[in-house]
Amino acid sequence: MFEYAPAPESRSIVDIRPSYGLFVDGDFVDPEDGVRFKTVNPATEEVLAEVVAAGPRDVDRAVAAARAAHETRWSTLPGRERAKYLYRLARIVQERSRELAVLESIDNGKPIRESRDVDLPLVAAHFFYYAGWADKLGYAGFGPDPRPLGVAGQVIPWNFPLLMLAWKLAPALACGNTVVLKPAETTPLTALAFAEICQQADLPPGVVNIVTGAGETGRTLVEHPGIDKVAFTGSTEVGRQIARSVAGTTKKVTLELGGKAANVVFDDAPLDQAIEGIVNGIFFNQGHVCCAGSRLLVQESIADDLLDQLKRRLATLRLGDPLDKNTDVGAINSSEQLQRIRLLSDIGEQEGAERWSAPCELPDRGFWFPPTVFTGVTQAHRIAREEVFGPVLSVLTFRTPAEAVEKANNTPYGLSAGVWTEKGSRILWMAQRLRAGVVWANTFNRFDPSSPFGGYKESGYGREGGRHGLEAYLDV
Amino acid sequence: MSETSEPERLGVRKTYKLYIGGAFPRSESGRSYEVRSARDGRFLANAALASRKDARDAVVAARKAFGGWSGATAYNRGQILYRVAEMLEGRRAQFVAEVSDSEGIGPRKAERVVDAAIDRWVWYAGWSDKIAQVRGSSNPVAGPYFDFSVPEPTGVVALVAPQRSSLLGLVSVVAPAIVGGNTCVAVTAESAPLPAITLSEVLATSDLPGGVVNLLTGRPAEIAPWLASHMDVNAIDLCGIEAPALATELEAAAAENLKRVTRPPAGDEPDWFAEPGLGRMLSFLETKTVWHPVGI
Repeated sequence: MFEYAPAPESRSIVDIRPSYGLFVDGDFVDPEDGVRFKTVNPATEEVLAEVVAAGPRDVDRAVAAARAAHETRWSTLPGRERAKYLYRLARIVQERSRELAVLESIDNGKPIRESRDVDLPLVAAHFFYYAGWADKLGYAGFGPDPRPLGVAGQVIPWNFPLLMLAWKLAPALACGNTVVLKPAETTPLTALAFAEICQQADLPPGVVNIVTGAGETGRTLVEHPGIDKVAFTGSTEVGRQIARSVAGTTKKVTLELGGKAANVVFDDAPLDQAIEGIVNGIFFNQGHVCCAGSRLLVQESIADDLLDQLKRRLATLRLGDPLDKNTDVGAINSSEQLQRIRLLSDIGEQEGAERWSAPCELPDRGFWFPPTVFTGVTQAHRIAREEVFGPVLSVLTFRTPAEAVEKANNTPYGLSAGVWTEKGSRILWMAQRLRAGVVWANTFNRFDPSSPFGGYKESGYGREGGRHGLEAYLDV
Repeated sequence: MSETSEPERLGVRKTYKLYIGGAFPRSESGRSYEVRSARDGRFLANAALASRKDARDAVVAARKAFGGWSGATAYNRGQILYRVAEMLEGRRAQFVAEVSDSEGIGPRKAERVVDAAIDRWVWYAGWSDKIAQVRGSSNPVAGPYFDFSVPEPTGVVALVAPQRSSLLGLVSVVAPAIVGGNTCVAVTAESAPLPAITLSEVLATSDLPGGVVNLLTGRPAEIAPWLASHMDVNAIDLCGIEAPALATELEAAAAENLKRVTRPPAGDEPDWFAEPGLGRMLSFLETKTVWHPVGI
């Protein structure tokens, strides 16, 4: 392995305030009944800022602001004007892209290379894409004049904080809804920076409201009688609770939940590309990806060769400072998540799977877990069934295509799947049979605002992205 | 020798049973319930009173049929749905009489209902190979990838059929569920189950593979909770649940495995004569997106 000199991105570009309020009705306000908590840099455990865990009265206030904005301004604004606001947001995100990328890496722990090259470009692209829909909804196939739902309550996860915000806000606003959004407890800072962007764009007050907090704030928002729509991205367990809590209401719901994706590699696959795809599939973003390819299904005849090559490749991954431009693997987002990854990995060993971790040095402070591969995994093992949400790959083998399909689909989840083979007809055959919302063939973890994304089975329902993504925010 | 008059011929009555996996079993519980005419109150039949076990058997049959039905070509599914319309047309008079008795409506109205039910099958038959073009897409992603989205069936769908419209309502919830490749288990109108069972005879003779449609007569309030909480059911249509408290309970139970839930209509049953639109079909379709690199 080559030695690289550190190449840190400067953090002087970001200006983190010591303390943030809630963003309600166009202004940062102090909480009425919320309490303050601290958000930390997971790579150093340094306290970054104090933010508010919004209480019920705070959520009330935000919902009321969103309702008023919906009725008095946003829903009556012509689509072409809404479009221009969204284009403005897209442009300001592009202008402040470097700053937002650094802030994202500091608060989340992901490598700057990823926040800079993946998250931020996609955030801007998402706003740009949906901006164009705002004045063309009548052509989207939902009738001549589809109406917005009203106020959307949106709860997003910590793995792609700003990108998930964009996935939620852009289609909601394009369709004429107003929003109360709750970012994840551990990654509130880029959402709060986005609140400033809304101010810079002169977005009418109350159209976007951001209430920070943990699960309790999210529950208060989702169960609030004043919202018409719930959009949630997060764990299947919380998704279930939300589905239960909206029973008997008229709230429309979309849920993007967990996954346990199979990445299926056939013996004729282009091996070098497949190795890169496997690495990208599970070690991208420290494996904190709902659609991560966490189960590698490799055809038995090439399993040994592939694993040797995979381990060689993993040994070259650089783990460390997220702000270093050479870093491949950043910090685990929180101590709680690290505990869960450790627990499931220990269980993997106890259940008889063989554990191998890339030989990399872990920093002394912060939350870290090395890229890890389990071999000798069976379908009954917990590491093959449960979402680890970390840099942990479970390897299983198969002999025939039918067996690959059977094993790939043997999960309550159905978010994504991967197929690697040079044979075109086999790709399409597999793609038809894999019960998953996204199938990546000879690639993995690709995202685009025009491409619908969402799960089958217990990975949730509804689609985000593309024309399909409009449906979640229209009264159809 | 005095002239003896032929005694009036005694009709051969039909035994109304369940329809599960293409067969007509009695309820495993051995139970039945009396069905009377909504028009004049006379006895019509003892219908099978389906049990939890029957519901589970029906789900097993539906799951077993899913691979074949969802894997059939859209053209083939369309032809079979059209064949259902043909068979129904051939039995038009029988259905008119049964619907008239079951729903307590006059023969003219019953004719309209049966005609609309036949036409509904024809309407949905045509959708089988068009919905993918209307709802699918090729997605212009910013990169060297071919990316497309197609609708796919969600799996096994549980349906609580409308309680008043015993034939047209039933057809209007079953046809949109199966046209896209789903298989289903439907709980029929509790007090008017007979047209549903006669419909199952039509389905059984229309080349529809056994298990694609399974019909349970009985009490929705008794059977629906087992379907709502069944872990091998992917979606549930609560159309025929009239009590809001029960609808809420079923929706909450359905959350356990994130079933796709179609809530009951607000207020009265919808006007089943109106053109249905795409809503019911789309409630049971997933969107699958496939990516592949473009290169040499």
